[in-house]
Amino acid sequence: MTVIVLIFLYAPIMFLVIFSFNSSVTGANWMGFTLKWYGELFLRSPDIWEGFKNSLIVAVFSSLTATFIGTMAAIGIHWYKPSFRRYINFNIYAPLIIPDILMGVSMLMLFVSMRIRLSLFTIYLAHTTFSLSYVVLVVLARLENFDSSLLEAAMDLGASEFQTVRRVIIPMALPGIIASFLLSFTLSIDDFIITFFVAGPGSTTLPLRIFSMIRFGLSPVVNALSTILVGGAILLTLLGRKFLKYILAGEG
Amino acid sequence: MDKDGAVYSVELENVTKIFDESTVAMKNVSLKVKKGEFFSILGPSGCGKTTTLRIIGGFETPNEGTVRIDGRRVNNLPPNRRPVNMVFQNYALFPHLSVFENIAFPLRLKKMTESEIREKVEYMVELVKLKGQERKFPRQLSGGQKQRVALARALVNEPRVLLLDEPLSSLDAKLRQYMLMELDRIHDEVGITFIYVTHDQAEAMSVSDEIAVMNNGVIEQVGTPPEIYESPANTFVAGFIGETNFFVGKVVDVSSEYLKVETRFGILTCYKDKEAKIGDTVEFMIRPEKVYVTKNYPPQNMNFLRGKVDQLIYLGSHTKYYIMVENTLIRSIKQHTRYWMDESTISWDDEVYVWWNPDDSYLIKVTGG
Ligand SMILES: Nc1ncnc2c1ncn2[C@@H]1O[C@H](COP(=O)(O)OP(=O)(O)OP(=O)(O)O)[C@@H](O)[C@H]1O
Ligand SMILES: [Mg+2]
Repeated sequence: MTVIVLIFLYAPIMFLVIFSFNSSVTGANWMGFTLKWYGELFLRSPDIWEGFKNSLIVAVFSSLTATFIGTMAAIGIHWYKPSFRRYINFNIYAPLIIPDILMGVSMLMLFVSMRIRLSLFTIYLAHTTFSLSYVVLVVLARLENFDSSLLEAAMDLGASEFQTVRRVIIPMALPGIIASFLLSFTLSIDDFIITFFVAGPGSTTLPLRIFSMIRFGLSPVVNALSTILVGGAILLTLLGRKFLKYILAGEG
Repeated sequence: MDKDGAVYSVELENVTKIFDESTVAMKNVSLKVKKGEFFSILGPSGCGKTTTLRIIGGFETPNEGTVRIDGRRVNNLPPNRRPVNMVFQNYALFPHLSVFENIAFPLRLKKMTESEIREKVEYMVELVKLKGQERKFPRQLSGGQKQRVALARALVNEPRVLLLDEPLSSLDAKLRQYMLMELDRIHDEVGITFIYVTHDQAEAMSVSDEIAVMNNGVIEQVGTPPEIYESPANTFVAGFIGETNFFVGKVVDVSSEYLKVETRFGILTCYKDKEAKIGDTVEFMIRPEKVYVTKNYPPQNMNFLRGKVDQLIYLGSHTKYYIMVENTLIRSIKQHTRYWMDESTISWDDEVYVWWNPDDSYLIKVTGG
């Protein structure tokens, strides 16, 4: 069973990796080992690197913003306004349920009606918006583990509201905050649909760039790029594993 | 008396707390807690003990009434500005901080120097006997140790009043007894007022200077442990504190010291703790340890009933007898003083005399008739 699952999961990726070293241009069959696609990627694909840079900029800033606003919102929802919660809950979940394509269309309409020029900035706004829901959910889940007497204890011991947030709530929620930052980052960097709608000229992100390259036929350069991305992801996972474990264990 | 002249550490004046129409957690509660006292609030679950404590701590605001700490009205002061600290029922230790840092938390807020902090925390660690545990995190501690950290953390700020909400309820019986003695010792050492909430009457009796018995949001009685035990203000207090035998009846004769009361067991004599006249309905009680069970006819001038041994529970240091008299169980406790006693000859289903000295009864309530 496990083996079948693993094959389903990893076969496409293995294929991709193998074919990134294939010297055939069409990629239909194996014509021998080569590194020329990597050379092509690194030396003669400024568009890809431009897209990569854009993606990184958007991902870093949107996930930072979403993590900050989302964490504050989660703290507020959890401790300060429990009665408000029902109403908030729906609004938090909505973006997770609404199909991306609707989100994309509605954001495009919003930007157009407000006469905001489509650019990296609009992508940043859109990504911040959808990441926000995830951040609130993840941080809230983390805060759920701690009951309100901790907050009262802090106040009792002389902490102001601000000191309570800074010295108790945020350190306690930190694993959740970091997890939600990583999640937002991942969501942002590989978002295609929403980005597709709100991107303007000169603000092509990596997924959009790859899509446009593939429209003119499968390019082995894309395989090479993907291989590097997969490798990078694996490396990061291995490095972050200890940290992830710490997050998931939730150390109560 | 203190430099600021107030006699009372904490005063509640006609405090009422209403959560919603159906939940009145405190009704017109008035309390005066003297400086340096070990004061307990005792009552059954849901009677409003925690609410009372939270009102003093500043976590709830009263709908009506005044709260004073050291003579100063504090109704509008938030918890972080009241000179009281609380030990929470679940300890509420900060999971991300070590034992040392938990205790140092209030000091760091005050921006004390590192050496001052070290000195104060070390004193506390010593006081609550946590030496060697400073670097551990709360999750690595036992229940009793967490308890000690919570205590140290609440005391390090040198509050005027320490509030404790059933701090021992999650410990096992042996440890609870031990921690109670520790609390008593710490109270003696720091010399501040302790307000201790519990539903366990034995706990409250053993360490308190004064006890407030609470029921349904109302203070039923405030008194020293012997006062509350020996002269309960009403049937609730009498029944809640220890076991007892109640009698109800009509007064048929009044003398200078005693009342003769017609009860369903016949005429019984009781001590005249309160004024009463013939025809009044009275309620009185006799504590089980003052009730004797013998096969022999009781001495002169004793109240006595005849009954059958329904249950007999040997408990090592004492034996509990439940005697069935006229379909009512009369409780008696016999303390064992010698290794082998005559009473051992009493066994199940024996016909016995149940008797007590009228001086030992207590007249709880008189209703004019
Ligand atoms: N925040 C609240 N909202 C509504 N009702 C409450 C709230 N806190 C307490 N109550 C109600 O007030 C009453 C008194 O509660 P309180 O917690 O003071 O009781 P307690 O004596 O401490 O009981 P226990 O021994 O079970 O802890 C209860 O009926 C409780 O349901
Ligand atoms: Mg309680």
